[in-house]
Amino acid sequence: MADASYPDDLHYHPEHDWARVEGRQATFGITWYAQDALGEVVFFDPPEIGTQVAKDAPYTEVESVKAVSDVFAPLSGEVVAVNEALADKPETINEDPYGEGWLVKVNLSEPSEIGSLLDAGAYETMLE
Amino acid sequence: MAAGAKLVPFAGWEMPLQYVGIRHEHLAVRHQAGVFDVSHMGQIETKGPQALALLQRLLSNELRRNPEGGAQYSVICREDGGVLDDLFTYRLAECHFLTVTNAANHERDLAWFRSHAVSFDADVLDRQADFAMLAVQGPRARALVGELADGPLPARMHCCERNVAERPMLVCGTGYTGEEGLELLLDPGQAPTVWDALLAAGATPVGLGARDTLRLEAGFHLYGNDLSEDRGPIEAGLGWCCKEQTGFIGAEAVAAARAAGPEQKLVPFAIVGPGIARRGNPVSGGGEVTSGSFSPCLERGIGMAYVAAELALPGTPIEIDVRGTTRTAVIERKPLYRKES
Repeated sequence: MADASYPDDLHYHPEHDWARVEGRQATFGITWYAQDALGEVVFFDPPEIGTQVAKDAPYTEVESVKAVSDVFAPLSGEVVAVNEALADKPETINEDPYGEGWLVKVNLSEPSEIGSLLDAGAYETMLE
Repeated sequence: MAAGAKLVPFAGWEMPLQYVGIRHEHLAVRHQAGVFDVSHMGQIETKGPQALALLQRLLSNELRRNPEGGAQYSVICREDGGVLDDLFTYRLAECHFLTVTNAANHERDLAWFRSHAVSFDADVLDRQADFAMLAVQGPRARALVGELADGPLPARMHCCERNVAERPMLVCGTGYTGEEGLELLLDPGQAPTVWDALLAAGATPVGLGARDTLRLEAGFHLYGNDLSEDRGPIEAGLGWCCKEQTGFIGAEAVAAARAAGPEQKLVPFAIVGPGIARRGNPVSGGGEVTSGSFSPCLERGIGMAYVAAELALPGTPIEIDVRGTTRTAVIERKPLYRKES
């Protein structure tokens, strides 16, 4: 696992999730802090394409050897893609949480919600 | 602590959950050697002319079959057969025994020992504060400890006094991983020195996370999960360590359960496909998962569950409700992971 990092171009949810917004679409994942607290991820159960996710509500689970953890949607919308590669290599979530370890892509239904998320600095401050 | 541990509180102790990662530590024990700090375990010393008679009332196994320098596994039962603890007893001499308790049960065990000791000529001593306990486990464990020891190591299920890293200790040929290995009982003040010597000799520090996945692959019970006061040893699959003819406390209840056959039995299982069942997940037809985790060696979800006795045969499929998703598992034989020989 790499050292702790919180890229500036992402929006952060206090439940340790991130969103990368590109127009009306966003990619979701879990933060470095979340994957470190979980330990080695061994299973990711993706939602189905078409699932409606609601901001602040759990939409899937990731499991490490020792625990299962809910993953919260940082924004609302419809799942349009899931990271199929995680089925065989869930540890990618640990190795590259902001890149290859992304979880889902979502068409946003309420883009204005972005304003309530934290920037990298505020999220890091919350962790301290 | 210097090894970079993530600590968790447990039964009043700060416990090393993991050092580097559970999978890494687990595989180190399966393929080489790992060392665990299990100093939270309790110890009760029993000695005196009637030490054997006292322990034979308290422990389910047949004590006279445990020779001097021997180790023996047993359970402690209430009168109704409910399990109070499962533990190893080392016979240090004819009338001198050391019993290793589970940390969360130590005070209760001690009170139980003492309340029954009044009618025997035997002394019961709380030794929890006097021992640190390090478990060295894995195919290389014996060679690794052997290089630091001043004499031959005890055989499996035996124990003897030795110096290791020039420190005196009780060396025991026991463990909780399904691997060859040793457990070292020593003065807590000397444990850091011995720990460092074991790491310098090549042992990987292993936390309690991997201790749990290792014991689960081996099919060993964890008290509080797979054993409790509400379950008897027969349904838990521990009839082999119960010798009812010795008249231990609970023997009548255990004999009755053995004769009648239990309604549910504890079985090991492996999930078919993805998913990991966890403690408390219900099993179709009655019963529930008591331990569940990911198996680093089998790379799938494994566990132990109480299931209806008629389902409790290896090869039988069962359905487990994993937080709303039905997962199919197959009942397996113990151990779930069989080491390569």
